[in-house]
Amino acid sequence: MRAHTDITGTVPGAAIDLGDVPSPEAAGWLDRMLLIREFESAAGPLAQAGAIPGGMHSAIGHEAVAVGVGSVLRPDDVAAAPHRSHHVALAKGMDPALMMAELFGKRTGSSAGRGGHMHLADFGAGFFGSNGIVGAGVGLALGAALAQSYRGEPRISAGFFGDGGANTGRVWEFVNLAAAWHLPLLVVCENNGYAVETRIRDAMAGESIAARAAGFGLPAVQVDGQDVAAVHRAAAQGAVLARSGGGPTFIEALTYRHLGHDIGERGQYRTADEVSWWERHRDPVQRLRAALVARGDLDDDGYEQAAGRARARVAEAVSAAEAAPLPDPATVTGGVTATELRIRTGS
Amino acid sequence: MTVLTLSKALNAGLRKALEDDPRVLVMGEDVGKLGGVFRVTDGLQKDFGEDRVVDTPLAESGIIGTAIGLALRGYRPVCEIQFDGFVFPAFDQIVSQLAKMRLRSLGQVTMPVTIRIPCGGGIGAVEHHSESPEALFAHTAGLRVVACANSTDAYAMIQQSIRCDDPVIFFEPKRRYWDKAEVDPAANLGAALPLDRARIVLDGTDVTLLCYGPMVRTCVESAVAARAEGRSVEVIDLRSLSPLDMETINGSVRRTGRCVVAHEAAVTGGLGAEIAARITEECFYQLESPVLRVGGFSTPYPPSRLEDHYLPDLDRVLDAVDRTFAV
Ligand SMILES: Cc1ncc(C[n+]2csc(CCOP(=O)(O)OP(=O)(O)O)c2C)c(N)n1
Ligand SMILES: [Mg+2]
Repeated sequence: MRAHTDITGTVPGAAIDLGDVPSPEAAGWLDRMLLIREFESAAGPLAQAGAIPGGMHSAIGHEAVAVGVGSVLRPDDVAAAPHRSHHVALAKGMDPALMMAELFGKRTGSSAGRGGHMHLADFGAGFFGSNGIVGAGVGLALGAALAQSYRGEPRISAGFFGDGGANTGRVWEFVNLAAAWHLPLLVVCENNGYAVETRIRDAMAGESIAARAAGFGLPAVQVDGQDVAAVHRAAAQGAVLARSGGGPTFIEALTYRHLGHDIGERGQYRTADEVSWWERHRDPVQRLRAALVARGDLDDDGYEQAAGRARARVAEAVSAAEAAPLPDPATVTGGVTATELRIRTGS
Repeated sequence: MTVLTLSKALNAGLRKALEDDPRVLVMGEDVGKLGGVFRVTDGLQKDFGEDRVVDTPLAESGIIGTAIGLALRGYRPVCEIQFDGFVFPAFDQIVSQLAKMRLRSLGQVTMPVTIRIPCGGGIGAVEHHSESPEALFAHTAGLRVVACANSTDAYAMIQQSIRCDDPVIFFEPKRRYWDKAEVDPAANLGAALPLDRARIVLDGTDVTLLCYGPMVRTCVESAVAARAEGRSVEVIDLRSLSPLDMETINGSVRRTGRCVVAHEAAVTGGLGAEIAARITEECFYQLESPVLRVGGFSTPYPPSRLEDHYLPDLDRVLDAVDRTFAV
């Protein structure tokens, strides 16, 4: 298959084509990507220091995939993500303060500290959650898409998963159902080349994940996931199709995580050269910045201001999370079911 | 004798099994190059090669399905499930295929598959990374279920499990991976306590405290504290959860007349319920008080800020011990 790490070496083509995307829209993408970058840049060290408990999967490097797909989702559309999810949550409009408090395990978090980093959710914002089970989120998005189709609503759903998830059976059950039932679903595979420390070409058969998906008879494309405009175009096409009853689209976005699988990873499975190549030549934030500069929409000052705004918003979220109270230990047995079960909860 | 952490003892046991028998294979997600997320398989691929220590795709159902086929063709696969919560994608293969194959073929085939599962909480992880699903497997006929609690047992039990001709679900107490104890690599495996026997780890006369896996250390500490208050607690590490070593359990309970079962898993429908029922059936007239259970609450395992309130600790164990005297 075209292993995504093989992109290394094709340095020409780093410039991205914004086409006729209106300037305010492209500027909005930059703001969103910077918010993700700043959120992750703050959260990483906090997780390393233990202020955020339970480890963390950073999405630095994945910003363009979430923002590109998020750019075609409306507030009442749905997105569901896997274990690496902060970028998808922020791209879907989840409040960073709610997220940060949840990461801290605080009472003011999106699930009052009962979800944590791997189970963020904001149902009001249409974010159906991070998911600790690889590939499971696609199923939730699939069900939401069926509900949308039953109700005749012009809404769509997006289910995200990774290249590791692409080797689980459940993801393909979901893809088959979406295709068989013509559901308004975008299936988005974030192929970052690794599942923990297993390289995709050591674990996966076939030419590409998109080619695998095409066998289910739905439109399936492979895009440069570090190019927000390219992701946007693929997602926009899929969204138009889905909203008009044309069924699902599969998008394989080739991306790269700049940091380890989780915060604190020792990481000897990829070379420093490989990582720095992606950081220097394919940083999705810097590529968008360059495109905006080339268009005359942005200068260094403007960029620094945008980054500063994102940083300030994240800093506020961190201070609020630090100050917030922990959950009341007396609530540890509560909240499990909607109806009272009348079983002894423990001893 | 050498002092090893529990994770290193398992590593040494796996290494020995790979050396002793060319049919033994190790397989799982990131077990090769990485050596497993808890480093239990560290260095094995380097020494035994990629064919015997296999990095699989992220596909739990596929891993167990493959192991079943390998076992049918004479191999002895040892599968690692990365964390307890990820055994459920493989549950169907384990319950519907692995556990039933022997009976289905009326003894024509053996199923020497070992499935290693790091289990339990206490490491500050999130949901899916702290669960105790042992009762689900103990409830399934056709499987052996064991739990090691220390390095000494871990080294022997992993080898015994691999040599066993039936499928073994092998639980490893993840919060005890770094605990150290003596291991004798030169000892004859035949001299080790058989896989299906419980071990009395602390003698006592007043009350029997049954436990396994990560709770053994907690229970020993509880017994030591109780002794300071004049109460003699006998602590038994069950080791084998299916089958249960009722001979050892009953022997102790008949002497003490009181019993507490402790585990991290939820009390409701947990292994403690089965054990309490068996003791009641078999030792009813020797019991001075009801068998009590200490365990997790009937909730999904909570995030780390709350786990100290969830995990049964010394206080909860001692409280139950006290209550057996309150009748
Ligand atoms: C069913 C299941 N098995 C194993 C794991 C442990 N695990 C967490 S993330 C991960 C790798 C996922 O790789 P990929 O889908 O490519 O996503 P990425 O981490 O690269 O974003 C694994 C094995 C899990 N969460 N769920
Ligand atoms: Mg990946």
